[in-house]
Amino acid sequence: MPAQGSMLLFVLLGAVGLLGASGAASVFAGGRSERWSVRLGVGGAVAACLAGLGAAALALVLRADAVRTFAWNLPYGSFAVGLDPLTAFFLVPTFLLSGLAAIYAVGYFRPWHGRNPGRFWLFYNALVASMALVLLARNGVLFLVAWEAMALTSFFLVIHDDAADGVREAGWTYLVASHVGMAFLLALFFLLGRAGGSQDFAAFAAPAGSAGGLFLLALVGFGTKAGLVPFHVWLPEAHPAAPSPVSAVMSGVMIKTGIYGILRTLALLGGVPAWCAWLVLGLGAVSGLYGVLYALAQRDLKRLLAYSSVENIGIVALGVGLGMLGVCHGLPAVAALGFAGGLLHVLNHAAFKGLLFLGAGAVVHATGTRDVERLGGLLKRLPWTGAAFLAGAVAICGLPPFNGFAGEFLIYGGAFKALLGSDSVGLGGLAAVIALALIGGLAVACFARAFGIVFLGEPRTADAEQGHEAGAAMRGPMIALAAICLALGLGAGAAVRILEPAVTMLTGPAGASAGEASMTWLFPITCAALASALLAVVGALVGLRRRLLAGRPVRETVTWDCGYAAPTARMQYTATGFAQPLTQGAEVLLQPHVESRLPAGIFPAAAAFRSATGDVARHRLFDPLFRGTANLLGRLRWLQQGRVHRYVLYVVASLVALLGWALVR
Amino acid sequence: MNNALDMLLVFLVLTDLVLLGSSRLRNAIRIAALQGLMLGLLPLLAHGHGFGWSAVLLGAGSALLKGFVFPSLLNRALRETNARREIEPLVGYVASLLIGMGALALSFGFGARLPLPWPAPSQWLVPAGLFTVWTGLFLIVARRKAITQVLGYVVLENGIFALGMVLVEAMPLLVELGVLLDVFVAVFVMGIIVFHINREFDHIDVDQLRALKEPAP
Repeated sequence: MPAQGSMLLFVLLGAVGLLGASGAASVFAGGRSERWSVRLGVGGAVAACLAGLGAAALALVLRADAVRTFAWNLPYGSFAVGLDPLTAFFLVPTFLLSGLAAIYAVGYFRPWHGRNPGRFWLFYNALVASMALVLLARNGVLFLVAWEAMALTSFFLVIHDDAADGVREAGWTYLVASHVGMAFLLALFFLLGRAGGSQDFAAFAAPAGSAGGLFLLALVGFGTKAGLVPFHVWLPEAHPAAPSPVSAVMSGVMIKTGIYGILRTLALLGGVPAWCAWLVLGLGAVSGLYGVLYALAQRDLKRLLAYSSVENIGIVALGVGLGMLGVCHGLPAVAALGFAGGLLHVLNHAAFKGLLFLGAGAVVHATGTRDVERLGGLLKRLPWTGAAFLAGAVAICGLPPFNGFAGEFLIYGGAFKALLGSDSVGLGGLAAVIALALIGGLAVACFARAFGIVFLGEPRTADAEQGHEAGAAMRGPMIALAAICLALGLGAGAAVRILEPAVTMLTGPAGASAGEASMTWLFPITCAALASALLAVVGALVGLRRRLLAGRPVRETVTWDCGYAAPTARMQYTATGFAQPLTQGAEVLLQPHVESRLPAGIFPAAAAFRSATGDVARHRLFDPLFRGTANLLGRLRWLQQGRVHRYVLYVVASLVALLGWALVR
Repeated sequence: MNNALDMLLVFLVLTDLVLLGSSRLRNAIRIAALQGLMLGLLPLLAHGHGFGWSAVLLGAGSALLKGFVFPSLLNRALRETNARREIEPLVGYVASLLIGMGALALSFGFGARLPLPWPAPSQWLVPAGLFTVWTGLFLIVARRKAITQVLGYVVLENGIFALGMVLVEAMPLLVELGVLLDVFVAVFVMGIIVFHINREFDHIDVDQLRALKEPAP
């Protein structure tokens, strides 16, 4: 249906244009009227996201496949945009979460304290537009331009609170990481385009025998954006620094463009050697474990969520790696289950991580701190936020009836298929099962800790005590996302049916039929059965409780009142203490910095304990690397004299040398 | 081939050498003006036959700008800044001339090898143009005053203009006019900047601008 595809493409491009225009309008209105600036910004964002969401969903259902090329005077560039199942599938969470986060932002930023709201809306709307364009682009130059726009707009959003502590440094880290990744992508597209003679995706061709090398370039370049270990170092810096709606969009959908890039490269290259699949699988397992262990050790709520994003990207990579293994070794069922699980987890993660970041934002908004050791007892003060956060936490742990379960279940399915099916990939399946099981268990501990310390117990400080529920603009999107999490969990079968064409794109037609058989029968039944069984059990327990309590006096009292004469909030578990049994085992990896003064004597007086966890990849890998580079380049400093004459001389000398070389050669 | 054209090119090379060796600012400005005026004839001579309107227009405009407008702008800047009349070279005059000779030899070597889309009207055209370009760049590099650097820029444009004659069939009038306008604006702006640098720092010694360099960490 090319005509419909073109129509949908025009709608999507219109949404991109509307985003750009409304952001700019918001800046100009901001000088005169704060209210109009916000209205224009959020109105444009929500309208564009609704239109885009509708078009993308329709494209998925219709399985639209279209490419349009518009005139664009740029060397090697053409404004080629296209729609196919993969693009449409990634567009859905992008527009969905961006629209909801835009509504949330209205409440989050109020009051503006006299700053121009256009500052936020310009970059936010441009970020959404550039993400959509990255997904739509079918030309290397256009893709890179959109990719760069995405990096820059999100950089400006990260440093939105540029006066706060450490925000500029975090922004700097993010900018450097983005551009290091970009360098690899430039090389990738240059090589692909040179072999094919054009930067259009349709013409791309990998020179014989180089598919593995090219995929490696893509893995580093796109993996930096996605946050695969060890390229994840920007995530735990940038997410806490950014305003919460921005963190939600960046973590929920922007880092997924990295996954999209890897999958798109796979589709463009046609086939990759098997070692690439093993590499992706290994990186996924490492990222998942690394992310969840670091998440356990964090005190900063948003930093914790950032590390959890690393973990979830690891799970997605596990799925993708299994899928690639299946393709390489001719196991269609493994391929279909792996890719389907990875893609479904992308969608799911967008929903629950968006929800969790928005919830964390509501907590920060209410209490003014992100430090979990200073929170506590917030469930009574922020009941809606607490309930939504709980839904997100259950979902991210991969527990039914929420959506996290479905994606991981598919990956488990693929891993067991690989384990049982064939000797050559059995080890991969085994590794994936073990990694997933470990990650899942640790994730439950991590989010039990996060939810328990922040929302349960008694407030640890006055800040937490004075917390208040978020306004309607912030509550609405959180409730909507929680509902989406539940709906995706109950309707996982339908979700898988919808992403089937995208999976077929990656596995080839043979994979679909084999995978379909195992997926369509087993999967929805299992998911629905488990979910409804669980709901039934919970319902029965609630009913039982009500019956047992009927007619009895129910008394409410303080938490932590179990016979203590003078209970204080300091008697509660701390976040560090809660995680200690688990983090102690991982000290080799975490390398925490601990200062303690232990109590001594029979009547101990003062004692102190302090621990902080840095990032081992940053301290042991990137810091020495960058310091070494700086030292090396420092030796060239004598070239920089500050004399204009010298600089012109350098230019002249190199031009004359080039001319001479060209003529004499 | 074309005697008048060759004479003109020899004259171009000689003025370059004079510029390299001259020690007085006002003198150098005058020489550059003379060079610009003579170059105005180049488009006419380069097309031995048929004075196209475009060639006449180009030559007249270029001569007007380089012969009268630029010198008066530079002289005004000189007056207003009360700069000392010496050129203050970083590389001495004799050394400059020796380097100039080397550059001349090199430009003849390059000129013979440079592949051209059309046969040049004179075999001297490309070497003379290249040499003028290099002279302009050398003046920018090896002289201390900001005014001398503007002068070097003008000479550089003279060289580009001469080289452009090779392509005069292909290069549209518009492009050449664009280059001319570019230089005009540049000289104009530079004149103003020189004036401001002078007012701010009490001198127009570009060498001392390195006080603005950020210190090494």
